[in-house]
Amino acid sequence: MVELGHEPAPALRPTASRRAFIGFIIGGATLAVAADLGLAERAGAVVPSGPQIPELYDLGDFQTDSARPTANLIKIVLHEDGTASFDLPRMEVGQGITTSSAMIIAEELDLPLDKVHVGLAPARPELLFNQLTGGSNTTVSTYTPIRVAAAIARKALLDAAAIELGSVVALLKSKEGVITAPSGKSVTYGQLATKAASPTTKAVRIKLGPPSKFSVIGTPRNRIDARAAVTGTKTFAMDMQVPGALPTMVCRPPSLNGSPVAIRNRTLVLAMPGVTDIVMVDTGVAVQAQTFGQCIDAVRMLDVQWKAGSVEGESDATILAKLHKAELPMIVPKVPRLAKQVDTSFTFMFRSSAALEPNCAIADVRSDHATVWAGLKAPIVAQGMIAKALGLPQSAVTVNVITGGGSFGHKLFGDAALESAKISRAMGKPVKLMWHRADEPRQGRTHPMATSRIRATYLGGQVLSFEQRHTSISTDFAHGLGEMITHNIDKLPTGLGGLGFSETIFTLTQELPYNFGVVTQLLNETDQRFNTGSMRQIYSPDVACANELMIDHLAQLMGKDPVAFRLEFLKSSRAKAALRKVASVGQWGRKMPAGMAQGVAIHSEYKGVTAVLVELDCRPATVNRNIPNAVTGPRVTKAVIAVDAGLVINPRGLEAQMMGGVSDGIALALTSSLHLEDGHFLEASWDNYFYTRQWNAPLEFQCIVMPSDSEQPGGAGEAGVAATVAAVAGAYGRATGTMPTRFPINHDTVSFTVKSFIPPVPEPPTDGLSQTY
Amino acid sequence: MSQHTFKVNGHPVTVDAEDEVRVLWVLRDILGITGPKYGCGINVCKACTSHINGKAFNPCAVQVKDIAPTDEITTIEGLADTVGGDLHPMQQAWLDHDVAQCGYCQPGQIMAAVAKVKQARKAGHEITDADLDEIRNICRCGTYNRIREAIKAGAAGM
Repeated sequence: MVELGHEPAPALRPTASRRAFIGFIIGGATLAVAADLGLAERAGAVVPSGPQIPELYDLGDFQTDSARPTANLIKIVLHEDGTASFDLPRMEVGQGITTSSAMIIAEELDLPLDKVHVGLAPARPELLFNQLTGGSNTTVSTYTPIRVAAAIARKALLDAAAIELGSVVALLKSKEGVITAPSGKSVTYGQLATKAASPTTKAVRIKLGPPSKFSVIGTPRNRIDARAAVTGTKTFAMDMQVPGALPTMVCRPPSLNGSPVAIRNRTLVLAMPGVTDIVMVDTGVAVQAQTFGQCIDAVRMLDVQWKAGSVEGESDATILAKLHKAELPMIVPKVPRLAKQVDTSFTFMFRSSAALEPNCAIADVRSDHATVWAGLKAPIVAQGMIAKALGLPQSAVTVNVITGGGSFGHKLFGDAALESAKISRAMGKPVKLMWHRADEPRQGRTHPMATSRIRATYLGGQVLSFEQRHTSISTDFAHGLGEMITHNIDKLPTGLGGLGFSETIFTLTQELPYNFGVVTQLLNETDQRFNTGSMRQIYSPDVACANELMIDHLAQLMGKDPVAFRLEFLKSSRAKAALRKVASVGQWGRKMPAGMAQGVAIHSEYKGVTAVLVELDCRPATVNRNIPNAVTGPRVTKAVIAVDAGLVINPRGLEAQMMGGVSDGIALALTSSLHLEDGHFLEASWDNYFYTRQWNAPLEFQCIVMPSDSEQPGGAGEAGVAATVAAVAGAYGRATGTMPTRFPINHDTVSFTVKSFIPPVPEPPTDGLSQTY
Repeated sequence: MSQHTFKVNGHPVTVDAEDEVRVLWVLRDILGITGPKYGCGINVCKACTSHINGKAFNPCAVQVKDIAPTDEITTIEGLADTVGGDLHPMQQAWLDHDVAQCGYCQPGQIMAAVAKVKQARKAGHEITDADLDEIRNICRCGTYNRIREAIKAGAAGM
């Protein structure tokens, strides 16, 4: 990072006009421009309400870094080959933010999209809470700073071109990386890259154009990494070759969060083919070998004495009983005596947030420094935790952020990064750590079990009150807002399970979009013994499912059509427009055969609205359809989703996120859950944990991106899940005549043979050649 | 440790490995061919789907000793070469439909798709929704609808 020198830092906030901003040209040999990440309006980011406790140990670093005038800068660099590069301080996990960021740069810089290279920045502790990928907040928070930096680059290039071409800026035209003068003479960005550079860093005022002038933003574009993905060259953490980092896996305890006491057959396992090292760490026994296959063999052979886990003897039923005990009472508001009261209660079982790429990381820990490569959505927190575990200063730990094979909230935590660092130190050599699939549902992060109770009163066609009490196993928010200070607030020994933070997040994400008189939505959390986290859309899939089912129920009690009822009570015109759209495109109310039904739901979050209409087939011939080795069940035959996400950068990417949200919602409503029994989760495979498969996918899918006159983008990565869960649940109630109250609907069915807990991973099959096709 | 010889992506290879090591690890950890991904190691998620002698198989469930010197393994890296182009029509369809999100499962999806289309044709028909429903490859990003569209489009180019 280039220092600003002795210039006083100028004011970084927008000045007179909403579109006028200040950014920087960074001193150097080639053109580099920057803008402050703090330029973004922070309205979308959750801010902890807890006190900023000054004695927290990272305060010194905080003050030092905050004092650096260039601390918050994001930087775009122009190269002599005519390309621009930018390191996004966020993590790409499939949600398309590298593509949308490249589009924003291409727009403001007048450069073809394929000449913009967007990488991922390593952990930059000076960014504080501005390096967390979560809450669908990336585009909301980086849109303006990236625009400002790119626009300044274009301005600097035009200034240099005016001299070069003997003209004036006002007469020049920039297009596709070439600047042309009225004389017809032209110069490329590549030729200007050094000429436009400034020897010293200087502040520049820039005015951004209106969205009506956009030619890249708002147009459907393919992902910039698509070709790498389809040719097998896209590099994930486990595809990297770090010298000396051999495959490493961990033999994990038979019960949730158990820990190793002793290895009984170390010599025997060390003598196995390929095995090089065995060490004990707090989470289990780590084995390094020449191949992961040999690690699996060694893990299966290890005889380990284990200490009890955190939830010995507990099961779904005992945990649910604890949740019921923690439920907060309703406070019935004063309503007329004649008002009718209706109560509902819903239960949501544990779910695994694991991605297809399992938890993994590469670590190279030396005596005085450490380097880690991993998919991390909160890399600064991971860096801090690793530094603390190793007894190194945070500055001695380099954390490289690698594009991830999915996250869904799972990669908010640096579980594998931290574990890999501990193992690397214990082995005294680099390690390439990968969790076995079986480890993920059994020991990995989950979406906590929860109940949602609702009481509503109504009279004379009006809903007078709507009270919701959401009770959940504690959600771990220890990643805070991505930096060490909020991280520690959630870890404070308050005995309240991080409730302050959880409640803040609940309050700031939950919004009942209806005019229902007195509305209260309260969260209570209990029991911190589980490994939990913010699975895609956090509380909303459960909360919205409960709400929308209650709304279906109220509509029925009040003799109204579910769509008409919602339109009558919805507050916002955007929500109504989205609902009308899916009702019309999805032909709401069309006649369905017995056993099939439509469901409809809306959800409002991330400055946006989604509406979903589904058709669900619950007829026996469908439910029991025969797909070899598949768990089938009811099928969503059609899904229509309308999304208003404000200003849309890439509608094709937005549609992709909605498609994924619908797939997630179908699984959450119908099929995917973990079963807790005798202190551990039973699931150990993708054929145990029923995420949506091809045979569950809707045969028809349609996404409508609602037109918006907003000048600000909303969040999109998570927005499709909640309304889908609710719509599918509502359709199920209508198709079967019984409102479902526990999710997923097939939770009772344990339709698999439970895999062994000792050894903790299944034997790899050998009959693959008999199953070719 | 013994030597195993076979063909990968058109090239003969000889590797030193224990007989029992699964082919996925021979490809990834010994040969450095990382297109086939690990997602479960028990032939369930299908992320490692590749071809053996033109048919889909899952290298996580095959021991290297069961691969004969005459066997030809094709991974996603070698798929385009089987049609002599920069991209196989199925890969092009994947690009046209912008299927990938995180991309982790997509090499396996594409390899499964090519085999599934060929399998349907051998049975005398073009790929149907019922065929598509049988594809077991998990996409945790949930790109299933685009996968279905891309397979139909890719089949047209095959």
